[in-house]
Amino acid sequence: MFSLFLEQLLNGLQSGVMLFLMASGLTLVFGVMGLINLAHGSLYMVGAFACAAVAAWTGSFWLGLVGSLMAAAIAGALVEMIVIRRLYARDHLDQVLATFALILIFSEGTRWLFGSFPLFLSVPDVLSGTVVMPGGFQYPIFRLAIIIAGLTVAIGLFLLIGKTRLGIRIRAGEADRGMIAALGVNIDRLYTIVFALGAALAGLAGAFVGTTQSVQVGMGEPVLILAFVVIVIGGIGSIKGALIGSLLVGFTDTMGRFLLPIGFEAFFDPASATAIGSALASMLIYIVMALVLFLRPSGLFGTEA
Amino acid sequence: MKGTKTTIAALAALLMAGTAHAEPLKVGMITTLSGGGAGLGIDARDGFMLAVKQANNPDLTVVIEDDQRKPDVAVQLADKMIQQEKVDVLTGIIWSNLAMAVVPSAVAQNKFYLSVNAAPSQLAGKGCNKNYFSVSYQNDNLHEAAGGYATSAGYGKTFVMAPNYPAGKDSISGFKRFYLGDVAGEVYTKLGQTDYAAEIAQIRASGADSVFFFLPGGMGIAFMKQYAQSGVGIPLIGPAFSLDQGILGAVGDAALGIKNTSNWSKDIDNATNKAFVETFQAEYGRLPSLYASYGFDTANLLLSAMGKADVKDQDAFRDALRAADFNSVRGKFIFGANQHPIQDIYVREVIKEGDVLTNKIVGTALIDHADAYASECVM
Amino acid sequence: MTMNRETILNIILAVLLIAVPLIAQAMDEPFIITLATKVAIFGMAGVGLNIALGYGGLVSFGHAAFFGIGGYAAGILASHALNYEPIMSTPFEINGTTQMIVIWVVALIASAVIALLIGAITLRTSGVYFIMITLAFAQMIYYFAISWPAYGGEDGLSIYVRNSFPGLNTLDPLSFFGLCAVMLGIVLAFSAVLIRSRFGLALQGARQNGQRMMAVGIAPFRVRLVAFVISAMITAWAGALYADLNRFVSPSMMSWHMSGEIMVFVILGGVGRLFGPVAGAALYIMLEHLLGSTFEFWQLPLGILLLVVVLFARGGLIGLLAGERKHA
Repeated sequence: MFSLFLEQLLNGLQSGVMLFLMASGLTLVFGVMGLINLAHGSLYMVGAFACAAVAAWTGSFWLGLVGSLMAAAIAGALVEMIVIRRLYARDHLDQVLATFALILIFSEGTRWLFGSFPLFLSVPDVLSGTVVMPGGFQYPIFRLAIIIAGLTVAIGLFLLIGKTRLGIRIRAGEADRGMIAALGVNIDRLYTIVFALGAALAGLAGAFVGTTQSVQVGMGEPVLILAFVVIVIGGIGSIKGALIGSLLVGFTDTMGRFLLPIGFEAFFDPASATAIGSALASMLIYIVMALVLFLRPSGLFGTEA
Repeated sequence: MKGTKTTIAALAALLMAGTAHAEPLKVGMITTLSGGGAGLGIDARDGFMLAVKQANNPDLTVVIEDDQRKPDVAVQLADKMIQQEKVDVLTGIIWSNLAMAVVPSAVAQNKFYLSVNAAPSQLAGKGCNKNYFSVSYQNDNLHEAAGGYATSAGYGKTFVMAPNYPAGKDSISGFKRFYLGDVAGEVYTKLGQTDYAAEIAQIRASGADSVFFFLPGGMGIAFMKQYAQSGVGIPLIGPAFSLDQGILGAVGDAALGIKNTSNWSKDIDNATNKAFVETFQAEYGRLPSLYASYGFDTANLLLSAMGKADVKDQDAFRDALRAADFNSVRGKFIFGANQHPIQDIYVREVIKEGDVLTNKIVGTALIDHADAYASECVM
Repeated sequence: MTMNRETILNIILAVLLIAVPLIAQAMDEPFIITLATKVAIFGMAGVGLNIALGYGGLVSFGHAAFFGIGGYAAGILASHALNYEPIMSTPFEINGTTQMIVIWVVALIASAVIALLIGAITLRTSGVYFIMITLAFAQMIYYFAISWPAYGGEDGLSIYVRNSFPGLNTLDPLSFFGLCAVMLGIVLAFSAVLIRSRFGLALQGARQNGQRMMAVGIAPFRVRLVAFVISAMITAWAGALYADLNRFVSPSMMSWHMSGEIMVFVILGGVGRLFGPVAGAALYIMLEHLLGSTFEFWQLPLGILLLVVVLFARGGLIGLLAGERKHA
């Protein structure tokens, strides 16, 4: 039982790390440009489809991974230049509607290109199989790899924002948009870069997740909602908040699904315990989010909106 | 002269016989053609239209609409089909919740409904209707067969898993109806869930000797890939939905060897089925799926009834449908009292033919199987 | 008062909405009547949302929850009445009903109570946080409805026969349209009166400057909460009618797609415009109907069109046709 508990903790960590890749791009775009991007899930889908297509064509998952990064970044940059750029000065409502329209365009466009059937994408041979973990349970190597890759990206992102010139500009952009323009920074280019960076992170997440899940149209929507839950819990615009929020949501969701049905067995017969427990588990992250916002209306690390 | 006269009379009689049933018939097909579940609807439509094309019957018109997998859209399309297109027969719905939204009111308006897939228990038992026919199965059938197979294969500790929604609960109770062993664990997952790490860990810890899972669409793809990566290795059993031709390609080798129960398979040995598989592949460039086979059978059933009776004469047309006088890709085809098929359900195993993953029949789970609700049906 | 362009446009819209079904009836095209009924109902849901979103600046991304609550009020009451099962028998017996008026009252009360609870928590936040927390509450209710077996779960609940209204054959498409159109008219009139009332002015004031409102002794929180509750009640009322239109309710009425769609109606027509939601719903449903039957990938041109409207036709359809809104 204890090793099962450990394994579930690790599962929670992995799901949290994956969410972070999605949420960090979303929160970055919001923090710098003040934009709500519902189409972020579509960029995740683009990443997964690109990875699957390139991997099928070349036979190499790693080339697929590169393909996913590039496809999502390019799609992101194009979307920013054609559509998103016109939305910065608008209110959130227009942004919601325009990016809602982008979801329709991306989903149907992808279906037009790739057909209505899910695509195949699998774990590379090097990373398939399992290892025995401390505590004595077997754990898939690929999930470990995802945890490591995700944490690496997280560290890289913190370094990028904390230590590089681009990062300084991004932080300056978050603090005062007028100022960096006055300092002679090309704002348009900065915004395109930030948007493409967020898109690439989403695309990477899509490629990773596509290996363990189904590469199909509409795959981005559930994870988009989760990513929004994450950044709202963490405080919108805060990368640190996105990290903490991701882990909180990852752990809550995984442990809730695991523990709630067991917990209810103390009070009900097994069948209704699983039914009630599962029902509550599917609502749990939203309950957590409502609680956090009740106590801290701007999220854990948010500044007053 | 006399000879000529008889010839003319005979010709006239022949013509009359020919025209007696040549009344136009309009079918409305409401199915899912966009969004995540589009693959299933497209297969059902293509199977249906293949049969229509082969029959080349000028009296049959088909109107097709996309329900987007939304029940309210399906209801409005049904209204449109009935009010505006004035169809005689409705068909095409893939999902049970959409069927529950459309079928009761359509048959109450004296339209025929032929199901190409969804067949919820409510419509098989107390809510059965003389104008409702399920060509595919009753929803529980394949799950019951999986239970029967698990028992006959000697499994005694099965872990069962399905999404937390009515069809999921029906599937688990269907499985248990024919499963005699113990249940090692019972888990209901969130509808649309994509990560099954937590459930797989529970399966590993449960000490089960087999796993029954019902996870349609993308959920099943995700589960099987992750299950294969986890190295748990306890044999999987499922209904054919998760291992059907349309999605096997997306699961990949992770699906190899999984036993699944189905009332159709591309290797059922009869001439109709062989011709169906070949012509479908020639027409659409892919192997047919379960849903394509249901669509094909549904169209042929309809065409057979058209040849016997005029749809405006509802009683005669209904009798013609009940007779099910057509060549099914499943071989024999008989309707039970509640107008759901009584049929054999096979056990299939996922194999590789060259580079293509597909299924092969390895046994029969249930013979001449009817559903559990037929006795509650009063027509 | 002279009529400005928007008023004229509103009158044209109202006449069109009533004329189209009548012409359809004459031409024996009952499905057009069904579409017009849908426009009236979605327009009504949008009018509800518009009170919070357009006048109060409260971007609720969870109004589908109230739409669904209204729908389930109709579904649950009718199913109990049709099956002759009392809803509760202790301590006293409550029976189901197929009377629309009773159903509407229940829908209004239920949605008001839930909106009060949700609003009391969510209105502590603002901006994007408000958008997302309203979404979170809607998702909670959505998943609850899916996993709650008593009323069909994800399968939903069939009503079989449309509920009844005194003196009306509700199964007749034109009569039912008439009923919905009258309800839409009532809601529009109410909304017009509301925004011109002291309360309406306070609400718009709170949107533009909450601090100043406080300075003149009006608590913006309370004003917003009342607006949120009224907005939810109207949307729930529309939901009850929608259940009767389809003779069916299911959790999909509460999905975030539905919240998005109601919001699209409002924005497409013109935020904070009286007839905006009606115009938006009419345009959306017309496009869906025309594109849906011609092109398999019809959501692609729909998406592009929506995008063009947001980018180049600010102020929505009404804004495009009637010009900028006059600020009060």
